[in-house]
Amino acid sequence: MSSLRLFFVGGLTSYKALFGWLSPWILVPTFLLGPLVQVLLFAYIGRTAGVGDDRFFLIGNAVQYAAIPCLFAMSNTIGGERQSQTLGLLLVTPARRIPLFLGRSLPVIVNGIGVTLVALLSGCLVLGVRLPRASLLPLLVVVTVSAFACTGLGLVAAAVALRVRETAVLVNVIFGLLLIFCGVNVPLSALPHWMASTAGWLPLTHGIAAARRLAVGAALPDVTGLLLQEAALGAAYVLAGLGLLRWFERESRRRATLELM
Amino acid sequence: MTVLRLLGVSWWMQLKMRSRSAFDGFLSLLWPLFFATTIFLMFRAGNNAPRALLSAAVGSSVMGIWSATSTTASSALQQERRQGTLELLVATPAPFALVMAPLTLSMATVGAYSMVTTLLWGRFVFGIPLDIASPAAFVLGVLATVLAVGLLGFLLAVCSVRYRSAWSLGAQLELVVWLIGGFIIPVAAFPAWVHPLSWALAPTWGMNAIRAATFGDAWALDALMCLALGAVYAAVGTYLAHRLLRSARQHASLALS
Repeated sequence: MSSLRLFFVGGLTSYKALFGWLSPWILVPTFLLGPLVQVLLFAYIGRTAGVGDDRFFLIGNAVQYAAIPCLFAMSNTIGGERQSQTLGLLLVTPARRIPLFLGRSLPVIVNGIGVTLVALLSGCLVLGVRLPRASLLPLLVVVTVSAFACTGLGLVAAAVALRVRETAVLVNVIFGLLLIFCGVNVPLSALPHWMASTAGWLPLTHGIAAARRLAVGAALPDVTGLLLQEAALGAAYVLAGLGLLRWFERESRRRATLELM
Repeated sequence: MTVLRLLGVSWWMQLKMRSRSAFDGFLSLLWPLFFATTIFLMFRAGNNAPRALLSAAVGSSVMGIWSATSTTASSALQQERRQGTLELLVATPAPFALVMAPLTLSMATVGAYSMVTTLLWGRFVFGIPLDIASPAAFVLGVLATVLAVGLLGFLLAVCSVRYRSAWSLGAQLELVVWLIGGFIIPVAAFPAWVHPLSWALAPTWGMNAIRAATFGDAWALDALMCLALGAVYAAVGTYLAHRLLRSARQHASLALS
């Protein structure tokens, strides 16, 4: 019961504490305007370069933009505690670490889903892309799994935030790598082999591929394989993140570097 | 002479500080590279002609100048406020505009480094030949763009003095200007109502000048328009700085964040 409470209430409280993010002055440009502009940017570049179509860029960028909350908010839940010197207080509690940190990821996943849905909706309206009605619910499933997988990577970044000072730089770099590698704007078949191989181990790659197939009329069972791969990758990143958190926490205590900035 | 010294020394000091910042220095070089790489891959996938590839390479590289300025300029005054140095800057006997302009010019200068990095990335990783038809005009076009973007950053910084979360708006403006500034996408590709917005942006004219110099076309008029718009930004920014600072002093809200 205590773990469940920690998971839900603790997670929500921690998310609310990202008040620097939740201000409408940040929320509206970042989560409503940002994804639409990225979709438009690449859709128009695609037209100029003569590759893909609007649907391709809409799906790729809308799903990839979930990385903004999934990576930034997740790493800020640790980096922010460290900056405000409350990390020590948090880690000195006897609270179980798994519900403590996983609880923090749940609102982030919901945020990621919301951002992607806003991007899809606004992108469809502006670009005039029509998605099959039957694909909407399956798309929600794919977006949820993708947001979960990306939050797993965010948890890894959050763990690294226990060690490195420049979390904003780190997360921006991860975001940029996802943009290039995950088939967001360039089909995996057009990427060099080593990049396409690497993409298979990154979150969002399979989710974007699944979403694209759904958007052209495939049914949910047709993309089960991709969904399972995305979910498995997400779970692996979550495990890696929890493992790294445990390791870095122990090292930080041992070296007394927990709150060094 | 004192003004020139103030501008020069402040610009150099700010540039040195920025080059030691992971966010303002390292990331300013790296961030546009992610987008440039994606753009190069897209153009390569589209089997575009070498001229289109060169145009995309030049456009992607100029994107870095704006990228290095937009977010950091929007949050520049907030950062000074947080550090407790904003009041000191305002209290200096030098006009505030002259204190602020080198700050944002240093950001655009970091952007020029980013531009060179992106061009070299395109040349050596993607094999895009950098056959610039008029190298001298190209450099002059870049200088005009750096200056105008720095002044646009100055205007942005001044406008956001009362806006605590300005970095967020600046981050979005980065992509908006990339979109409509004619870096990669021709302005003509957008609906007619977007065109005046594009023309009001100095980077659009700067990009036109740089692209014209790249292909040996007439570039001077575009460069002059870029500089003229930069001068307008400087004048509006100076006026706004005067008004906003007076208001902040009257309401004793300068240090409030």
